[in-house]
Amino acid sequence: MRSTVSLWFAVAHRSFRRYSTYRAATFAGIFTNSVFGLIISFTYIAVWKQNPTAGGYDVADAVTYAWLGQAMIMTVAVWSGGATDDLAARIKTGDVAIDLYRPVSLLGWYLASDLGRAGYHLLTRGLAPMIFGALVFDLHYPANALVWVHFAVSVVLAVTVSFGVRMLVSASAFWLLDDTGVKHLAAVFAMFFSGLAVPLVLFPGWTSDVAQALPWASYLQVPADIWLGKDQGADVLAAVGFQVLWTVVLLLACHLVLARANRKVVVQGG
Amino acid sequence: MSVIEVRDVDRSFVVRHRSGRLRRTSTIVRAVRDLSFSVEAGEMVGYIGPNGAGKSTTIKMLTGILVPTAGSLRVAGHTPYAERAALAQRIGVVFGQRTTLWWDLPLRDSYDLLRRIYRIPADRYRENLATFTDLLDLGPLLETPVRQLSLGQRMRGDIAAALLHDPDVVYLDEPTIGLDVVSKSNLRDFLRETNRERGVTVLLTTHDLVDIERLCSRVMVIDAGRLVFDGSLEGLHGLGEARRTLVVDLMEPAPPLDVPTAQTLRVDGPRQWLAFPAEASAAPLLAAIAATHEVADLAILEPNIEDVIKRIYSTGPAPSD
Repeated sequence: MRSTVSLWFAVAHRSFRRYSTYRAATFAGIFTNSVFGLIISFTYIAVWKQNPTAGGYDVADAVTYAWLGQAMIMTVAVWSGGATDDLAARIKTGDVAIDLYRPVSLLGWYLASDLGRAGYHLLTRGLAPMIFGALVFDLHYPANALVWVHFAVSVVLAVTVSFGVRMLVSASAFWLLDDTGVKHLAAVFAMFFSGLAVPLVLFPGWTSDVAQALPWASYLQVPADIWLGKDQGADVLAAVGFQVLWTVVLLLACHLVLARANRKVVVQGG
Repeated sequence: MSVIEVRDVDRSFVVRHRSGRLRRTSTIVRAVRDLSFSVEAGEMVGYIGPNGAGKSTTIKMLTGILVPTAGSLRVAGHTPYAERAALAQRIGVVFGQRTTLWWDLPLRDSYDLLRRIYRIPADRYRENLATFTDLLDLGPLLETPVRQLSLGQRMRGDIAAALLHDPDVVYLDEPTIGLDVVSKSNLRDFLRETNRERGVTVLLTTHDLVDIERLCSRVMVIDAGRLVFDGSLEGLHGLGEARRTLVVDLMEPAPPLDVPTAQTLRVDGPRQWLAFPAEASAAPLLAAIAATHEVADLAILEPNIEDVIKRIYSTGPAPSD
């Protein structure tokens, strides 16, 4: 048990290191996130000038949300990317055979690897644009240390939920051989329902409730509301519980799908 | 003691293809049929056959990532597909066309991950790593990311990776593919030594018959899913009608020579190629030619394994029935 945990830590650590070797890509990404942060901030400022309490946010909340969104794009890998893309590529080339004969869990391996990646992206593509945004605008910050802790937990869960969704998309390659189509479709859903394009709290009427019940709400809306202090007391627990629930459901689904995929490859020889 | 036991193994695949706008038909392809062989501990066996003959299918079944349709397999006391995790501790695999190393990480990091995956005791790991670093000359490469290694360097890295956890059996799937002559030769030396010193059983698939000649005392030939030969290298040479070739340069171009004990294969100006049974003497043949023509020069080509195998492949059974 202990050696398994230490293996996952080693995998996460190596994955962190692996992404850190591409410095130029990191700097280019930080620049892009900062530019988009500016554009979205000015858009939100214009919107909230028209309606200063839209979605229960004030203008500072909205601008903070814009920068949190930029910080989370790569951290949770909203569209796609991360360890799950490696799996899809390895299915396509057949290298997945090597993963299969190793005496370790495929799901555990890729989850650990993706968490390591997310850690790197949080510290670079997450933190740097956030600092830039903080220098340019007046942002809202977590009210106390406890909120910081809640936020940190929520970010980790945002990654695990997103990992679950992306893993299912990648695993489709076991049947389709190429997951590009499914990936594009999933990216559109994620873009829309994560609240990255428009905060979910702005969705009209019942569509907002539906959107906030879907797994993608975990990516940005839930951690942002914790950061902004929109969730207090029991609501924080409910918000985090919501993310835990989706994590469990999705990882279970991944487990079943990978077991089926394994059966397909090993028994049918696909 | 047999470390690999394969009994009456069949593996078929269902291949579906479109045969109309919506209709799909499926055909069953038997990739491997009635395969039986066993390999003793410490043996080094060559496993050869043309592309698509069933070599990789066999290796996949032996690693447990493919279930046989019929028949039974045992490797190091385990049934591969049923006890894949346990088996993984006992086997090492090298795929010449793929890498088991992590592309973006220094070689040393890949080894460290493998140490954790296979739970290799610390002292054993240190010892093995030191040995392989020395024998495979990996020292200068350990801190280099795998993507920056040349093919030959990467292959050395992969071979060390497959051996770190002291497997009893190693499957080498085309380990010398794409390597230059010197790299090939060094790799063969290493493999021979590892086999001898550590008693590792090696199953080697390759298209390079020199690998087989240098390394393996036993060779198995598979064609169209069937084992068509299993025996010593000499036995393979003797298989069928092994023939030698006499190349004669006549003083003048001449029509194809007509000598009773030989068959004229080719004529190119004054040069002619005549095949004759390997066990027969070339002297009477030469005498017969010299009686009618003036001979300027001659050479005798010994049968080569490649020709023998070419003949086995081309007379093998049809791919499906």
